[in-house]
Amino acid sequence: MYRYSDFDEAFTRARVAQFTQQVERRLSGALTEDEFRPLRLMNGLYLQLHAYMLRVAIPYGTLNSRQMRQLAHIADTWDKGYGHFTTRQNIQFNWPKLGDVPAILTALADVEMHAIQTSGNTIRNVTADHFAGAAADEIADPRPIAELLRQWSTDHPEFQFLPRKFKIAITGSPNDRAVTRAHDIGLRMVRQGDAAGFEVIVGGGLGRTPMIGQIINPFVTVDDLLPYLEAILATYNEAGRRDNKYKARIKITVFENGLDAFRAEVDRRFAELRPRFTLNRAFLAEIEAAFAPPAFRNAPVDAHLLALGNPAYADWAQTNLTEHRNAQYAIVTISLKAHGETPGDASSAQMRVLADLAQTYGHDELRISHEQNVILPHVHKGDLPAVWAALTEAGLATANVGLLSDIIACPGMDYCALATARSIPVAQALATHFRDLGLEQEIGALKIKISGCINACGHHHVGHIGILGLDRAGVENYQITLGGDATENAAIGERAGPGFAYDQIVPAIERLLRAYLDVRADAQETFADAFRRLGPDPFKEALYGTAARDAA
Amino acid sequence: MPRFTPKTVTANDLRSGDAVWLTADDRWSPNHHDAELIEDEAHAQLRLLHAHRQGQIVVGAYLADARQGPAGPEPVHFREEFRTRGPSNYVHGKQAERA
Ligand code: HEM
Ligand code: SF4
Repeated sequence: MYRYSDFDEAFTRARVAQFTQQVERRLSGALTEDEFRPLRLMNGLYLQLHAYMLRVAIPYGTLNSRQMRQLAHIADTWDKGYGHFTTRQNIQFNWPKLGDVPAILTALADVEMHAIQTSGNTIRNVTADHFAGAAADEIADPRPIAELLRQWSTDHPEFQFLPRKFKIAITGSPNDRAVTRAHDIGLRMVRQGDAAGFEVIVGGGLGRTPMIGQIINPFVTVDDLLPYLEAILATYNEAGRRDNKYKARIKITVFENGLDAFRAEVDRRFAELRPRFTLNRAFLAEIEAAFAPPAFRNAPVDAHLLALGNPAYADWAQTNLTEHRNAQYAIVTISLKAHGETPGDASSAQMRVLADLAQTYGHDELRISHEQNVILPHVHKGDLPAVWAALTEAGLATANVGLLSDIIACPGMDYCALATARSIPVAQALATHFRDLGLEQEIGALKIKISGCINACGHHHVGHIGILGLDRAGVENYQITLGGDATENAAIGERAGPGFAYDQIVPAIERLLRAYLDVRADAQETFADAFRRLGPDPFKEALYGTAARDAA
Repeated sequence: MPRFTPKTVTANDLRSGDAVWLTADDRWSPNHHDAELIEDEAHAQLRLLHAHRQGQIVVGAYLADARQGPAGPEPVHFREEFRTRGPSNYVHGKQAERA
C-alpha cells in the first residue's frame, strides 16, 4: 500500500500546526467567524445542526488496519464512539468540539491521514472503484493514477479557488462502480492495443441540475493525463461562472459553452501545457510498486465449500462476495446497512473488528465504498468461514449487499444544516419494513438512494428508486424518482409525480415494489430491467392510481 | 407586508457547536424554553444585531419562528424542533443530556 512521502508528512504536519494556531486565535477572539470559516472549511471542519462535523479523506477509499484503529480511537476519544462513512469515500465525525479538532488532526497525521481539501472550491478527495486491484473484471489497478492525481491536486497553487468544488472519480474496470459519469471529471481506463489510457468524461454531476458527464476525449494516454487534466481545470477555472453559485460547476460551463467549444479550448491549452509536463516514469513505477498486489497464498478452499451448506453463510456468500482476480480469493463486502441501523455508520468496536480481520485475513487492506460499505479486497476463500463468524459476532454479517436495504442515505436533517428533510429514518424504516414483510430476497437487486435536499449527496438521481426529502410548507415531503442508474449506463431518474408525507413514503415504496413483483417477466428480471422494459406507467399507477381514483 | 410572526434569536455555540437561544437577559441558553420570544420586528432586528456582535460566543445567528408554549417559547418549524432535541437515529445531543 502507498506510504506518504516525506513531503506529504511535512505538508500535513505544517497544515496541522497552522490550523492549531488558527483555532487558538478563533477561540481567543483574534479571528472573527468570517475570517475563520474559510480556514476551517479548508481543513474539513463544518458546522452542522447540533455540532461541528469533521470530514476526513480516505484517498481512493483505501485504508490499512492501523488507520482504521486510529479512526476508532478518535471516535472514542473526541467523538461519540462512532463514525459515518460517506458516498465520497470520506469518514465524518459528527460531534467534535472546536478546541479538540487540532488534537484529532494530529492523531490523523500520525497515521498519514488528514482532512485537507475535503471541503471548499478545490479538487476534492479523488474517489476510485472500491474493488480496485482486486476485481476480476479490471484492466489494471487505477489507484497509482489516483495517487498521482492526489499529489498533483493537493495544494495545487492554481486550483485552490476554483469557481466551485471539483470531484474526480476513477475506475480501471469496464463495469463502473465509481459513478464516473456523475463527477466533474470521470476517468475510465481503456486499452488501445497494448497501451492503457483513459476515457475522460467531463461535466457530470448531481445536485440541483443533474447531468450525465460527456466523453470529452475517448483516449488519453497515461503520459498525457496530467497535462490534459490541467488543461480542463485551467479552462474551467477561467470560463466557469463565479457570478452565480448555482451555475458554477463545470457541468454548467460545459453545458453553456457546448462540449465542442469547451473541448477546443481544452485542446488549445493542452498543446501549450504538454511540453511542460514530463511524466516521471521511475516515480510512477515506484507508486505502482507500492500498490502491487499482495503475495497471494496457494491453499485449499474446502472450508468455504463446506460452509456453503449452512444457509445463513450461503446467503451471505451469495450477496456479499464478489469475484476476485485470483480464483482462490474473494472480495468481501461488509454491509454497514444492518436493518434499522444508520447506513454507513460503524461503531469504534466494529472498526476494531474490521481492522483485526484485515490484519489477520485481508493482507491488511480495507476499502470504503461510495455505497457506504467496507470492503476486505483480498480474502482467501479458505478463510471466509472464519471471517464470516467474526463478522456475525460483531453484528456485521448482514447479507444484503445490492438488495433493497443496502440503501445510500445522506445525513439529512438529523445532522446537516442544509437539509430540507430527514433521510436516515426513511432508510431505517424501509429496511425494517421490507425485512418484516419478508420481501427483500424476493425483490432482489435494487438500488434505493436517499438525499435530504436538492444537493443530492445521497445520489438519489441515479438510484433505481431515488427519494428526495423536501420541505413543503413546513412539513417533510418525499419525492420519488424512477429509472436512475449509477453504472456505465448512467441515467438520471425521472420524477414520478407529487411527493409523499413522511408517514406515507414507506407505503408508497411498498405499492411500487408490489407492482414490480406483479409485472416482472420472471424472477430474473430486476426492478431496473422491468422499468426499462415497461416505462414508468405501471409504477406511476401503483403510486398514484388509487389516490387519483379516490379523488375523482 | 406579511404580519410579523414571533421569533427567537438562535445560533450555535462557538466551542461545542451546540444549538443555543438568546435570552431576554442577554445569555445564550441551550434550552429553547429560556429564549426571549420577540413579538416586534424592530426589536427582532436589534436583538439579531446584538447576536452578531457576540461572535466570540456563538456562530451563525439568525431569527427563527417560535410561539409561546406552556413551559416557554417553542419552535414552529420541524428543523428548529430537531435543533431542540438532536438527531433521530441516536439518543445524542440535547435529548441525551435531558434523559
Ligand atoms: C455538512 C454536510 C454537507 C454539506 C454542507 C454538503 C453540501 C453540499 C452542496 C452544497 C452540494 C451541491 C454542490 C453543487 O452542486 O455545487 C453537495 C453535493 C454533493 N455532496 Fe454534499 N454536503 C454535505 C454532506 C455530504 C456527504 C455526507 C456526502 C457524502 C460524502 C456528500 C457528497 C456530495 C455529493 C455526492 C454531492 C452531489 C454530487 C455533486 O457534487 O454534484 N455531501 N453537497
Ligand atoms: S443532500 Fe442535502 S441534506 Fe443531504 S447531506 Fe447533502 S446537503 Fe445535506
